[in-house]
Amino acid sequence: MAGIRVQKVAIVGASLAGLAAARALRRQSFAGEIIAIGAERHQPYDRPPLSKEFLTGAYTEADLALGHDDDLGVVWRLGVAATRLDPRGGSVHLADGEEIRADGVVIATGARARPVEHAGVHTLRTLDDAIALRDDLRRGGRLVVIGAGFIGAEVASSARSLGLDVTVVESLPTPLAGPLGPEMGAVCAALHGDHGVRLLTGVPVTTVTGSDHVEAVELADGTRLPADVVVAGIGAVPNVEWLAGSGLEISGGVVTDANGATGLPAVVATGDCASRDGVRSEHWTHAVEHPATAVATLLGTGAGRPPKAPYFWSDQYGVRIQFAGRREPGDTVRIVEGDPEQRSFLAVYERGGLTTAVLGMSRPKSFTRWRRQLRAAPQEA
Amino acid sequence: MLRPVCPLSAIPSGEAYRWDTDPPVAIFHTEDGEIFAIDDTCTHQDASLADGWLEGCEVECPLHASRFDLRTGRADAPPAKKPVRTHRVEVTGGVVHVELSEDPADLPPGAKP
Ligand SMILES: Cc1cc2nc3c(=O)[nH]c(=O)nc-3n(C[C@H](O)[C@H](O)[C@H](O)COP(=O)(O)OP(=O)(O)OC[C@H]3O[C@@H](n4cnc5c(N)ncnc54)[C@H](O)[C@@H]3O)c2cc1C
Ligand code: FES
Repeated sequence: MAGIRVQKVAIVGASLAGLAAARALRRQSFAGEIIAIGAERHQPYDRPPLSKEFLTGAYTEADLALGHDDDLGVVWRLGVAATRLDPRGGSVHLADGEEIRADGVVIATGARARPVEHAGVHTLRTLDDAIALRDDLRRGGRLVVIGAGFIGAEVASSARSLGLDVTVVESLPTPLAGPLGPEMGAVCAALHGDHGVRLLTGVPVTTVTGSDHVEAVELADGTRLPADVVVAGIGAVPNVEWLAGSGLEISGGVVTDANGATGLPAVVATGDCASRDGVRSEHWTHAVEHPATAVATLLGTGAGRPPKAPYFWSDQYGVRIQFAGRREPGDTVRIVEGDPEQRSFLAVYERGGLTTAVLGMSRPKSFTRWRRQLRAAPQEA
Repeated sequence: MLRPVCPLSAIPSGEAYRWDTDPPVAIFHTEDGEIFAIDDTCTHQDASLADGWLEGCEVECPLHASRFDLRTGRADAPPAKKPVRTHRVEVTGGVVHVELSEDPADLPPGAKP
């Protein structure tokens, strides 16, 4: 029954999830037209190296390419944003005035870095962001990173390996306490100190000074941190403004069910822009795997593979951090292997005798074993 | 030349065995009872595919989740782009034998030789 109803699919957002959706459409025998619309002028590229190998210079732009599948038969419309979705007319309107008619729409517009007010402060989401930051880091000097989340920590690690003097400031008392819990957040945060990076926690930034270039970052307790480069890694906001008036429910992202279905029958959403149960899953593996489910929903071919537990990784200071599952406040943490002091261990999170999540530091083999045992959260009907 | 590696009983189905030759080789015993051998080192970075997640005829790299097809060695999606080599396997008398491919191995930068 695939492809009978839907003849032409527009994919909005031409990055990881958008490309995965195009691949999934063809894999699920969709033979109709596919048009992919992307606001960035670049062909789809991979973001995780932007804070890691690309910043240090180990990867070039060519290494980021997500691969061309010429046989996908996709029309790419790059460098132009979609500005409006008109579900009644069955069309997507573009910034250059064009109107693209389609009877199926995959929304994969992802997210952007949460902006900072002060000019000259870097954020990191796109290749263009990474090029600008890399060029500034090459000059050396003092870097202040605002926000000790994964991207901030990775930027700190990359900059440190380039020889910069690095300070990370975090307004929370413990970095990464949200995703990892306070105990394990503290273990990960200790990596900064291990590698000569100063970490200041529990103090918010009040202002960044300097006019044509940044001069210092000032904290609420009066501390003044002189800086040559400042990067803010303070989260992401979903790219969903263009959907205003479409009739889709927007609440911290495009609201979907587990299968990517929205309130409109011919529209699905996937990747970083989609919100399910009030949560956006902003991880690479989700953006690669979930589009197949969303596409099956769109084509009416039913659910594909059963969902796996959420998974992400982060590479910092030569240490591999891997996390899978759904941790909730109050879960207990138990070290089942290795030693946090050695920065090589495996920890499991438990609630009511059940394992809810697993965290590994440089333990890929046992991490994979535990990850396999985690059941995906039960699906709502 | 086929070389004996280990008894088949040493690799439960759904599991992998890392053969410490140079470069190392991963031998997989799928849930369906098939045996495959591929280079153990991911072509993206220095990760052991025997540590990965075996599902059907594919193994997912334990680090960044590229999936390699055990039959062809091809990676389905980045970050890994280059295929791993596949090697011929035969099970005789309950022993797994492998004939190493003559092709050059595609090892990632920085992998231990
Ligand atoms: C620096 C960095 C490091 C990361 N490291 C890791 C990591 O180590 N591990 C991990 O698991 N995850 C990591 N991630 C997260 C991962 O990259 C994302 O989860 C993934 O990119 C999400 O893919 P996506 O296609 O849903 O969204 P995005 O990658 O955000 O792509 C969305 C695309 O849509 C385009 N777009 C937006 N609005 C419009 C519009 N109106 N019209 C047309 N196009 C539009 C955007 O320009 C963009 O190209 C990292 C992310 C960043 C930024
Ligand atoms: S090391 Fe295998 S995908 Fe990165």
